[in-house]
Amino acid sequence: MTDLNPRKLLLNAYVYAVLFFILAPIVVILPMAFSETDYLTFPPEGFTFDWFGAFFGNSRWMKATTFSLQIAVLTAITTCVIATMSTYALMRGAGRLGALFQGLLIAPIVVPHIALAVALYLFFRQTGLSSTITGYVLAHSVIAMPFAVFTIAAALSSVDATLEDAAMSCGASRFAAFRLVTLPIILPNVLSGGLFAFILSFDEPVISFFLAGIRDKTLPRMMFDDIEQNLTPIIPAIAVLLTGISIFVLVAAALLRRMADSRRTVSPEA
Amino acid sequence: MTLSAFFQPNGRRLSSAGIVLLMAPFFMLIAFAFLYPLLSLLSLSVTEPTPGFGNYAKILDNPVYGKVLLRTLWIAVLVSALSLVLAFPVAMAMVSSKGPMALFITACVLLPFWSSVLVRTAAWAVLLQRNGIINSALQFLGITSEPIRLLYTQGAVVVAMTHVLMPFMVLPIYGALRNIPADYGRAASICGAGPFRSFWEVTFPLALPGVLGGVILVFLTALGYFITPALLGSPQEMMIATLISQQLREFLDWPFAAALVGVLTLFVTAITLLFSRVFRFDRMLGGQL
Repeated sequence: MTDLNPRKLLLNAYVYAVLFFILAPIVVILPMAFSETDYLTFPPEGFTFDWFGAFFGNSRWMKATTFSLQIAVLTAITTCVIATMSTYALMRGAGRLGALFQGLLIAPIVVPHIALAVALYLFFRQTGLSSTITGYVLAHSVIAMPFAVFTIAAALSSVDATLEDAAMSCGASRFAAFRLVTLPIILPNVLSGGLFAFILSFDEPVISFFLAGIRDKTLPRMMFDDIEQNLTPIIPAIAVLLTGISIFVLVAAALLRRMADSRRTVSPEA
Repeated sequence: MTLSAFFQPNGRRLSSAGIVLLMAPFFMLIAFAFLYPLLSLLSLSVTEPTPGFGNYAKILDNPVYGKVLLRTLWIAVLVSALSLVLAFPVAMAMVSSKGPMALFITACVLLPFWSSVLVRTAAWAVLLQRNGIINSALQFLGITSEPIRLLYTQGAVVVAMTHVLMPFMVLPIYGALRNIPADYGRAASICGAGPFRSFWEVTFPLALPGVLGGVILVFLTALGYFITPALLGSPQEMMIATLISQQLREFLDWPFAAALVGVLTLFVTAITLLFSRVFRFDRMLGGQL
């Protein structure tokens, strides 16, 4: 079949139209970050970095960004540690507990975020965790956990388990064998899971919306308020920064995974 | 759930005590920050202000709330259908193209995963505003003579939600299509099937598990979607998530909000369990990067 086949041309045209639909809104909003006007218009008028200055120079935006960064970093660490521990136990024969684990792992993906957000809103009010870092970290860890577990499980299931056995036969304790043999092999996947948890937490809008108090707002919550009330080019400016960070982090995560894959294929048994 | 193949235990087994110890933090986290809050919310819905199903009866009694539920279902169906129609050819193109083209399509599909939902929703707010590009284009083409209201309408919600959720449809379909051997299509054409028949009788049935997985994923996500309807929708045409937010934050009717959460959660859970076999969570999550 040649590309001049009319049916194929039609399909291609359709696919391009869909890709245009996917890209257009993002392509339209990003250049507005450099607009000289204080309203959003396309094409943007003039060229300035003022809106980035407005973002970095505003203490409210900076406070929210720092708050979100703290939450995201702690979420990434919490998720990584808990996910590694439980996935390791699962892959070393957790039996009936493993079945329960798998059921509960999927639950936060199935239950809509709005439901969890409302439940935590009421629960945290009673326990005094509202708009505390701890509250956000707990909530975001629940959401990020399945993604991290799947990433780590993928690595653990392809690691040659006899390496660990060999270490233990040579007298290493279980912990030493894990730390010195298995962990170094799966580390890129663990870190990639952590990066994913970071992005998930940093971008998370729904739970942030409900848990936020008047003062302690996360970046997504501040953005929500701005979009709702007064849309200025500061939002595209943040979008440029966020998209940059996300692409950087997710490319890093993909590279880490690739690194992990090549590490595993080097091992003699694989 | 179809996870057992994915989580195949290997290596020297841990002692039971070791397993309990290693899994304890996970179970504590889920119990404290997921199960307990959700269960106490559900119990609130049947105990306050009076014990019983009064809050649930209120949803059924008042036609306003019934309308919200129906509208939510309708929008979710519409978004799933639109996503399927847009996503299927893209998934096909992803499978059949090679080299830079394949990379470009994949990047386009994954790009939304890389930019926040808020940013994409803001983009639609800009496009659809009164003096936005779409209104200008409509006037330029002579379709409308003056700016029309596009923002804060049901149409805005449907278009923006389709934009946000469509990538979740592409990936499962792509996964299913990729696993169909190219020989099958050739075999069909050798047997005399035209391209149309070969598609409907060979490709589509084999891709059906992916289609079903994608449709259910998008449908369920759309049902509970909050950000897009809250920012682009009209307050007169609420969806269930925006109604929950209103009851909780404006009217402070927590038990009623809890009942609405209960309806949504039970419905979503029931559908998930019903279709649990087509859900390849491992694939959907593992294939996201």
